[in-house]
Amino acid sequence: MQEMDYILQTRGLSVYYDTKKVVTDVNLDVARNRITAIIGPSGCGKSTLLRCFNRMNDLIPTARVEGQVLFDGRDLYGPDIDPTEIRYLIGMVFQRPNPFPKSIYDNVAFGPRINGFKGDMEEVVERSLRRAALWDEVKDRLKASALALSGGQQQRLCIARALAVEPSVILMDEPCSALDPIATLAIEELMRELSEDYSIIIVTHNMQQAARVSNYTAFLMVEESRVGFLVEFGESRRIFTNPVDERTEAYITGRFG
Amino acid sequence: MAVISRSDFERVRGRRRWMGRAFHALCLLSVAIALGMLAVLLVYLLVQGVTRIDWSFLTSFPSRHPEQAGIKAAIVGSVYVVIIAGVVAFTLGVASALYLEEYAARSKFARIAKINIANLAGVPSIVYGILGLEIFVRTMGLGKSVLAGGFTLGLLVLPIIIVAASEAIRAVPPSLREGAYALGATRWQVVWNMVIPQAFPGIMTGVILAVSRAMGETAPLIAMGALTFVPFTPTSPLSRFTVLPIQIFNWTSRPQQGFQEAAAAGIIVLLVILLFMNAGAVILRSRFQNKWEG
Repeated sequence: MQEMDYILQTRGLSVYYDTKKVVTDVNLDVARNRITAIIGPSGCGKSTLLRCFNRMNDLIPTARVEGQVLFDGRDLYGPDIDPTEIRYLIGMVFQRPNPFPKSIYDNVAFGPRINGFKGDMEEVVERSLRRAALWDEVKDRLKASALALSGGQQQRLCIARALAVEPSVILMDEPCSALDPIATLAIEELMRELSEDYSIIIVTHNMQQAARVSNYTAFLMVEESRVGFLVEFGESRRIFTNPVDERTEAYITGRFG
Repeated sequence: MAVISRSDFERVRGRRRWMGRAFHALCLLSVAIALGMLAVLLVYLLVQGVTRIDWSFLTSFPSRHPEQAGIKAAIVGSVYVVIIAGVVAFTLGVASALYLEEYAARSKFARIAKINIANLAGVPSIVYGILGLEIFVRTMGLGKSVLAGGFTLGLLVLPIIIVAASEAIRAVPPSLREGAYALGATRWQVVWNMVIPQAFPGIMTGVILAVSRAMGETAPLIAMGALTFVPFTPTSPLSRFTVLPIQIFNWTSRPQQGFQEAAAAGIIVLLVILLFMNAGAVILRSRFQNKWEG
């Protein structure tokens, strides 16, 4: 059997807000060029866990991280790591589409620009928009405001924006929760295509979505004594058909959460 | 049967309607009083002063003879002082607000500093005049100059700009900051590309308020030693000067009817300049606001 190729691994990862523990001792291996879903009930720490992978938790002054996050074997929380460089290598798409109040073109060009890109920007913008399956809809109005797009288009623009700096991982924090079902399907389709070249981690409260798009699923839970601990992790097919833990089964069959 | 009996409902309904109408009328009356007073003031000024406004009034220096007195020195002095005050307060104010909201946000220091700055906005302006006299005129040796006057008024309106800019910066959606950080932006890049452009209209509102305030201030400049009779325009930042409100104050304290008319004319000039400055700032603000709205 071939050894798995992991791009991100957590080792004993815990996160605190002040003294409150919100992620507890998570060990998770994220496979390269696959889609890994993190599911679980509200308040189980899945978004917080996701934000450990690009050090977005650093922006919350009271947040504290324990344990390790290895990115190609390198500890993301090591002393010589620059968080801005990590965020350049590991992109993120948010729950609500958050296009910048700029033109469509400038939204996509923003990442390359701030990171010192000197090449052909038009080419980067076109390629990124094509990858995000948005090019045909916006190619005639690149100078128009990004805020004039529909919600689903805005979210694809945010994906294009993330792709423009060519990250190796894309983190998605409930990317479809503010979208209608048709826009949701478009994003899911896009994720499947992108997973050929990118490693994707998606947080979702929608179990059907996790079952539809992901290769691997991690189930996080919250109990009275513990918050944000990993109950079960494995291939999505197995998790959703034949879970080992009875709490996983209870959750995926809709008995709580 | 309903919880509330028919007769109770009818009785309360009459009272509710009456209350609604009375409140509506009260609000209307308040607006009428405010606008009415303003209208009376404007009409009075126009009647008294409008005949005095002509080219020679705008281009002459003050004089002992009311019919020859002009307002040139005061206009130039006011414009210089307000520009210096505006530049000083804008630069220091926006930078302070950025520090308090973006860099030191949530720290104890920022909290205490913000409470104190809000209180500074309420300090009587004469106190700033004494401060300006001590620091700028004497300690820094600027003399009773345009520069010292501008700095003094700049300090006076600084809290207004800090408070307005802080609020504008706080109102920038966190999702925009996150979006930029998530692409690898540094704090400086987030501030420069997201926070400042988004907060700009709100900052401009503060600038409008601050400049209008600076334009009308008299007491602090008298306290720091601005002149009341200036037969020359300032030639350098270290020239002595007067400003419109001081000139107007000076004229109103004279017994001759001619000076009363000159004062009214001076007030009209002051109002017109204020109006133009505010209109300019409003246009600038709306340009920024509408640019990318979907």
